[in-house]
Amino acid sequence: MRLNVNPTRMELSKLKKRLVVAKRGHKLLKDKQDELMKKFIDLIKKNNELRIKVEEELTESLKEFMMAKAVMGSEILEESIIMPSETINLEIAKKNIMSVNVPVMKFIREGAEGASIYSYGYALTTAELDGAINKLYNILPQLLELAEIEKSCQLMADEIEKTRRRVNALEYVMIPQLQETIKYITMKLEENERGNLTRLMKVKSMMEQRGV
Amino acid sequence: MIYMYKIGVVGEKDAVIAFLSLGMTVSAVDTVDEAIRAVDKMAREGYGLIFLTETFAKDMEETLLRYQNQMVPAVILIPGTQGSLGIGLAKIRDNVEKAVGVDILSKKEG
Repeated sequence: MRLNVNPTRMELSKLKKRLVVAKRGHKLLKDKQDELMKKFIDLIKKNNELRIKVEEELTESLKEFMMAKAVMGSEILEESIIMPSETINLEIAKKNIMSVNVPVMKFIREGAEGASIYSYGYALTTAELDGAINKLYNILPQLLELAEIEKSCQLMADEIEKTRRRVNALEYVMIPQLQETIKYITMKLEENERGNLTRLMKVKSMMEQRGV
Repeated sequence: MIYMYKIGVVGEKDAVIAFLSLGMTVSAVDTVDEAIRAVDKMAREGYGLIFLTETFAKDMEETLLRYQNQMVPAVILIPGTQGSLGIGLAKIRDNVEKAVGVDILSKKEG
């Protein structure tokens, strides 16, 4: 498919400039894609491993919670943990990986100083609950890491897809189109040139024949 | 550029009550509609991280997609009371396929 332009010198020089820009853009985008892909593959592998691990541990911890609930009864369980001794907040900073903004998360714990993670008296609760909460506490940092990595992966996958579209559009549509059009204009101009030349030669020979 | 966010948990009561003890904001829901509303509400109120149990996530494709391309909030799936349903892992696969074009993770196992 060639572009619909007039075969003039003006258009030719314009198209040549566009081709140079397109090629440079293509190279840059391709580099970006490669680098993103490299980072993404590292990250996604980590993501996969971490998710399997966290899911396993979380399921286990939830099971223990269920056990605690079964042993203690749900009212007492709810009563015991309804007022946690601390609250957790999240600090999110931005990090830029190849123009993708990915979050960097950090837990901030707020609570009374020296408060234990067990926000209840031990009289009515069982050891199962202590164990379950303790376990959940230990998973927390991993859970956060998972959240951070998984979100990054989502964002990067999106950006990679976009970049790949652009690279392909440049590589397989824009650049060939420009090249073909440039070729067409060059040919057309050369043809005109040749036509002009033969016309001149013809005129010259006609003039000579008339016997000047 | 550092902002403070809260952490929310959405899911069936038995699964999310555990997170209450960690000091997160918990929203116990019974139906998918309620879950969608809870997630949307948390997103509006400036929660940076929302954990959602897979039990509901499997029917909330639309809502998940809406938050997928935003940096905040991050909606992260966690196994519910039925254990892991494999949706979280499937999502990772989807990401890989989207980015790379082929599934490079499962090839390793098989």
